[in-house]
Amino acid sequence: MSAPASTTPATSADAAQEPAAGTVRVKRGLAEMLKGGVIMDVVDAEQARIAQDAGAVAVMALERVPADIRAQGGVARMSDPQLIEQIQQAVTIPVMAKARIGHFVEAQILQELGVDYVDESEVLSPADHAHHIAKQDFTVPFVCGATNLGEALRRIAEGAAMIRSKGEAGTGDVSEATRHIRTIRAEIRRLASLTEEELYVAAKELQAPYPLVAEVAATGTLPVVLFTAGGIATPADAAMMMQLGADGVFVGSGIFTSGDPAKRAAAIVQATTFHDDPAVVADVSRGLGKAMVGISVADLPAPHRLAERGW
Amino acid sequence: MSPEAADGAREESDRAEVRVGVLALQGDVREHEAVLRGLGAHVVRVRRPADLEGLDALVLPGGESSVIDRLSRLTGLRDPLRDRIREGLPVLGTCAGLILLADRILDAAPGQETLGGLDVLVRRNAFGTQTDSFETALVTPAFDGPPVLSAFIRAPLVEELGGGTAGRDAAVEVLASLPDGRVVGVRQGDRIGLAFHPEVTGEDRFHRQLVEAARRRTDDTAMERTARDMPCARG
Repeated sequence: MSAPASTTPATSADAAQEPAAGTVRVKRGLAEMLKGGVIMDVVDAEQARIAQDAGAVAVMALERVPADIRAQGGVARMSDPQLIEQIQQAVTIPVMAKARIGHFVEAQILQELGVDYVDESEVLSPADHAHHIAKQDFTVPFVCGATNLGEALRRIAEGAAMIRSKGEAGTGDVSEATRHIRTIRAEIRRLASLTEEELYVAAKELQAPYPLVAEVAATGTLPVVLFTAGGIATPADAAMMMQLGADGVFVGSGIFTSGDPAKRAAAIVQATTFHDDPAVVADVSRGLGKAMVGISVADLPAPHRLAERGW
Repeated sequence: MSPEAADGAREESDRAEVRVGVLALQGDVREHEAVLRGLGAHVVRVRRPADLEGLDALVLPGGESSVIDRLSRLTGLRDPLRDRIREGLPVLGTCAGLILLADRILDAAPGQETLGGLDVLVRRNAFGTQTDSFETALVTPAFDGPPVLSAFIRAPLVEELGGGTAGRDAAVEVLASLPDGRVVGVRQGDRIGLAFHPEVTGEDRFHRQLVEAARRRTDDTAMERTARDMPCARG
């Protein structure tokens, strides 16, 4: 069943009387349930089990973590369905998987496999350099990356039920994640201070639909859950993202390219829950072994920056 | 908010304030806080044992039940939570919260445990994956007025009532079911467990039951509490 065209969840009065799957409320609802949690990239069933045991709120199934995609190059695509099914069988928590930007057939396959969320992701090689997937018509919900508020609202208009700030995946450098979450939050605060006339101009500048811009200005928040991603490698990184206003975090390469993935994963989960308690964050940061080596974003030539994919 | 609901909220706020905790380790804490505030409750986020002090009722929110279980053990919160629930603290659990309240569960994550409190058997992820999630109207004999519209998100299901632990203070009653009869909401004493999320559809009648149970409890012990240096006298 297709989702209603409205970007705002239905109120009780107009909600369907018959069981209805894939509604805006149901799609956005799963993201609400993930709040305060950590979503971890995994490349096989064993990693998925480690992530679940460590307290991941969901896993992201993919063939190569972003750091390896970056190192090995080539075209990065949706994972083999067999791999995704193995991961689905290994865990009881939600399983997400990535489709290439604009690759609506990869998304159709992922929906068919029964994944819990599709990530239309800049980490994979884009399949369309002009269009993103029209996400309203899918039953499966989508999460999309954004570097700023305009991009986030364009994705929500297309039907994204969850947004993650992009950061710079596969680097272990948190600076871009910081920039993007700060940018989105600051742009939301700015909207809240504008008059009605100014909001029309803001919609033009943000290149986003006016009704969504007006909704954000009125509520002071995105209409969907906002996680952050891209470069988070330590408990302190995760706690900083939460203090900057993220609803939760994605950790990609940071866990399974480190010395002790199980311990680091569990530590990042605790630091996310107790992000405002330095004693806990300090405690869980002890003795985690070698962190992901990483690459400084400043050393990455612009064409190699994944965050610039998406339009 | 409808005019009736606004009147209701004003009426509620005229009465003595009750302190309702929301377990805030992970999940849709904000949605529950909003409903509870709408009912005039003072809301406290519970992440540590000390946060349980002085609570009149508790909400176990939606979220990932295996994660909430794990974090409640790591933080030393689980045993005091179990104690308070056993002592009769009114509790409302939704989705993951129902799983946490169930005495027995099926399809748990490895090593997953529950707090217990409801003499039911609950199956986790009983409807399938997210593409099987849905919203629908429920059969709720206890409520007059409009049907309960609610969201089932990777929801659990109550598969058996009773038949487990002995010596409970009250029988398990069915609060809500699907049109085909499957049980999705139960109550035992002042403990309510729901497989769905009233908090995301603006449905406040279950929370109202919780707050009323908390008020009954505080009214019963008002004298005692006044004597015990509480911030405000009740009466």
